[in-house]
Amino acid sequence: MTVTRQRDQLPGAAGRADRGVRPRDPRGRRPGAGTMAAFISPALILFILFVLVPVLFAAYTAFFRWNGLGGFPTDFVGLENFQTMLQDKVFLADLWRILLITILSIAVQLPMAFGLAMLLHQNFPGRTAFRLLFFVPYILTEAVTAVLFRLIFSPRRGFADAVLSGFGIDGIGWLSDRNLVIFVIFGILTWKFFGFHMILYLAGRQSIPEELYEAAKVDGATGKQLFRHITLPLMGPTLRITVFLSVIGTVQLFDLVYVLTKGGPFHASETLAITMYEQGFVRNQIGYASALSIAMFLLSLVFALIYQRYVLGRDLQGALTSSDGGRS
Amino acid sequence: MSVNTARAKLLRNTGFYIAAFLGTVFVATPILFALLGGFKDNQQLRENALGLPNPWHVGNYLDVLADGTFWRQLFNSVFIALVTTFIVVAAAAAVAYVFARFQFRGREGLFTLFAAGMMFPFTVAVLPLFIILRTFEMLNSPLGVILPQAAFGLPLTIIILRSFFRQIPGEVEEAATIDGAGPWRFFLQILLPMSRPVIATVSVLALVGSWNSYLLPLVVLSKPTWQTLPLGVTQFQGEYATETAKVLAFVMLAMLPALIFYAFAERQLISGLTSGGTKG
Repeated sequence: MTVTRQRDQLPGAAGRADRGVRPRDPRGRRPGAGTMAAFISPALILFILFVLVPVLFAAYTAFFRWNGLGGFPTDFVGLENFQTMLQDKVFLADLWRILLITILSIAVQLPMAFGLAMLLHQNFPGRTAFRLLFFVPYILTEAVTAVLFRLIFSPRRGFADAVLSGFGIDGIGWLSDRNLVIFVIFGILTWKFFGFHMILYLAGRQSIPEELYEAAKVDGATGKQLFRHITLPLMGPTLRITVFLSVIGTVQLFDLVYVLTKGGPFHASETLAITMYEQGFVRNQIGYASALSIAMFLLSLVFALIYQRYVLGRDLQGALTSSDGGRS
Repeated sequence: MSVNTARAKLLRNTGFYIAAFLGTVFVATPILFALLGGFKDNQQLRENALGLPNPWHVGNYLDVLADGTFWRQLFNSVFIALVTTFIVVAAAAAVAYVFARFQFRGREGLFTLFAAGMMFPFTVAVLPLFIILRTFEMLNSPLGVILPQAAFGLPLTIIILRSFFRQIPGEVEEAATIDGAGPWRFFLQILLPMSRPVIATVSVLALVGSWNSYLLPLVVLSKPTWQTLPLGVTQFQGEYATETAKVLAFVMLAMLPALIFYAFAERQLISGLTSGGTKG
């Protein structure tokens, strides 16, 4: 029972809401097997060839030492790639950076998005314009954004240095300082993604019925109390889902960081996906790179399961199902 | 209105506009830097980084626009995005129709299989995908980008479409059947037109996903013929490392299509992208 429940609560498996409800079949004519196959097969073939086979192949290859040539891997090494991984300083530092960016996101980026959402929920002239503007970074391509920020933070003649020189501060090695680079990247991630979270918060806030506030006000609740006892609890599902999305996004981060720094200097800004890319496509260590990609998958999966069970599990009808029909 | 409430309102308004102003500066500065920087020459960028261009140079933008590379990459990006969208929406709609409207053995299992695809981040599969595409000789071909993108777009598209198709009352289908429409006609002429809003949502998701995609084109398209804009921008920066102004013009032009699309379809874009977010 628990196993199936967990599976049903994965973000993808939307089946749970309508389990047991038999869809209304058209009485009478039912399409023949040939017609059904014609409807199903394009998606199924595409999915098997380009999703299932590659994923299974990655899981298989992770147990071999292989340079990617000659059809299939043959040099079976058991768990060696995974053992190597656990001793790989770069891999361990990747995990640390995932944690760091997650903590920073929860401490800085999400509260900022939340605050702006609460602000933009108020009735002010021009709030639509601000809402539209704050979403703009999210619609821009990550790789293109990264090129722009490379120029902004480029050494000596970059825009960021020019701004600071106005305050009498000399050039800073934004992307070349090992200790600084990850924070600069976090700043850029915030620029890129806070608007997305803000829109989700706005939607969550707008779904709270105004009657609740009116009733509480009649009972003499102050603004602070309204926020603590109505807004915050009822925004719970949205808050929890944005933390989830933020973590999953961090685990899989590639485009932005790869174009900005290629993971450098000296791996100081490397992400799990960049380590995998470098091992696989630059060093041709396909087996080891596959093990890394499996680690990334397991990391997302384990996090998703734990989070679903202990955090999202509380939300009977969470934000997960909101696009099913605008509930929540 | 008492003096007190008027003052409170003034304070509230001021607070709002200060915060909104700070947010605006934060968001707009990098984009304005690209836009204005494209109108400067390199000397101005060094010596007058913060001010307006003086004089305004249109040369950088004109150079990029006069060079065929930008247009070819723009065409490639648009072409790959449109074909990807068409394939993923068509294939997903067909199978979602079957999932939503017909009973057959193994239906739930098959659906779960597709839905489980949501759990696989694309990055996990990119290495074996490369090897498979190399075996099929699909490297440096647009199909090598289109088909995997469409395949990875299937799970979310199927989930969204299926739940929408289920909400269409059975009576509609019964009426169509009585009028002699078979499953094909019902699907093409009744179900799809009725589902226009949700088709728009999933199309936006697929379009934007393909337009922004970087890792797969990076791996698959090593020759310039089919390279897309995100690849083009990063390479342009490598080639013109010393001509920052020109790179800024290229960056700005590469951002422009998305900005224009956003200006015209802002509602569909926001609802599409956030529905993808809450699902993914």
